[in-house]
Amino acid sequence: MTKENYADLKSRGGEESWFYSKTVKEHFFNPKNFISDEEISNYKYDGLGMVGSPACGDVMKVWIKIDEKGEKIKELKWQTFGCASAIASTSMLSVMVTENGGMKIEKALKLRPKDILKRLDGLPKIKIHCSVLGDKALRSAIDDYLKRKNGEKIYED
Amino acid sequence: MKEIYADNAATTKMREEVIIEMKKFYSVEYGNPSSFHYRGLEAKRAVENARKKVAEILNCKEDEIVFTGGGTESINFALKGIAFANREKGMHIITSKIEHPAVLNSCKWLEKQGFEVSYIDVDENGIVKLDELKNNIREDTILISMMSANNEIGVIQPIGEIGKIARDKEIYFHTDACQIAGALDIDVSKLRVDLLTLNGSKIYGPKGIGILYIKQGTNIEPLIHGGGQERGLRGGTENVPAIVGFAKALELAQDERLKGNERLIKLRDKLIDSLLKIKDTKLNGHRTNRLPNNVNISFFDIEGESILLHLNEKEIYASTGSACSSHNLEPSHVLLAIGLSHDIAHGSIRFSLGRDIKEEDIEYIIEIMHKIVENLRKISPVKIKGGLK
Repeated sequence: MTKENYADLKSRGGEESWFYSKTVKEHFFNPKNFISDEEISNYKYDGLGMVGSPACGDVMKVWIKIDEKGEKIKELKWQTFGCASAIASTSMLSVMVTENGGMKIEKALKLRPKDILKRLDGLPKIKIHCSVLGDKALRSAIDDYLKRKNGEKIYED
Repeated sequence: MKEIYADNAATTKMREEVIIEMKKFYSVEYGNPSSFHYRGLEAKRAVENARKKVAEILNCKEDEIVFTGGGTESINFALKGIAFANREKGMHIITSKIEHPAVLNSCKWLEKQGFEVSYIDVDENGIVKLDELKNNIREDTILISMMSANNEIGVIQPIGEIGKIARDKEIYFHTDACQIAGALDIDVSKLRVDLLTLNGSKIYGPKGIGILYIKQGTNIEPLIHGGGQERGLRGGTENVPAIVGFAKALELAQDERLKGNERLIKLRDKLIDSLLKIKDTKLNGHRTNRLPNNVNISFFDIEGESILLHLNEKEIYASTGSACSSHNLEPSHVLLAIGLSHDIAHGSIRFSLGRDIKEEDIEYIIEIMHKIVENLRKISPVKIKGGLK
């Protein structure tokens, strides 16, 4: 049995061990589209969303840029505090929403956790809640963009 | 790349000397100690020699030692055995908030059976609050159970003092000593205990074996009824190889503990001091009154399972108190008991060093941890000290 077949982590209490798929590990060890603190100060975004709390162990912050026509999400940058599932989920979300020229906003609003799960090739049962936060963060960023279009702001950086 | 195993508080690799001692009891001297023939007698002799060795180390009588199937069984035996044997006298038990789940869950079960349990607080260093302990003693208190040293944060409790308090009030005193057998003196008269739990898996011995020391005259019900083994206190054919292995492992651990401690403390302190140089970190548990091999540090703004996965990739094996790595999504009860907030508890990592870890391994861990912390902080939106970024 090679190391690849071993479950990666065992839970404290020992009842479950979980397999992280190759895709999850790829997005964890090489996360896509994250943004560093230095870059944030110069980043002109159209919408900002944040969900979760450090006490719960998961926080996702998401910055989006919308195209000139106001139809598609051109860019999505993020920062995440959380386990490998949380980090991989946000990374995968950023890819899904910006690939092929960008996702239409109506489609992005319909994005569900199972869509992220599918692209990640699944998450251990106990970790599925981490992907739930991903689409919430996206929606919160889109809400912010729409509110800003109408002159209001939800979050200030 | 050589792997670095830094999870010795969870379990340890068996020593060669122990394996060699045990081997012949699997296929040569394989008898049942209760059998009347020569094979049985030779197995019985091996068990009694092991018992003698253990009793010498603990400074007690041979028939005060009962071999069990591990630390958890010893703890269940001690708690339930004392509770049920003495319930006419009283039904109140005192323990601490930072005990091993074997103690806490046994207590929870006893509560369901009508017993009352008081869980004493610890201070921010993890030391049991002795005044609170004294104030919780009642007329109907029949047992105090306090661990000698905590497996997560390594803090060492004042067992001798607690023993004195228990003795003054004539209350049975049990200690879970699983984490100290390789580091501290386990002379039961110095510890002033009536019951003491040890196990093999923390001292480079076999898993699935332990002992309960029961002071002569203690009123206790057996947990496991069976064929009368261990003077009727613990039924079941004795695990002769494991018993022999346990005694050997304990002997080696105690023989080498002073030199071993000296070496480990140096390595432990180097690791602690270097990791605390990283900003926004916190040591969990008392700085000096802690096990020679225990390092438990919280890294703010990042999460434990993520850190572990990075360490795993570099073949460094440690553990975390983060909620994300527990099956009930709660952070470590020990970290919460010493006053850590949930968010800081999530970022905690425990390195528990072992006999074969070298200075260059410590240096490698330090180097890798610096990189991991930097990488995870780069993508984190959290700044605990100043609230969310």
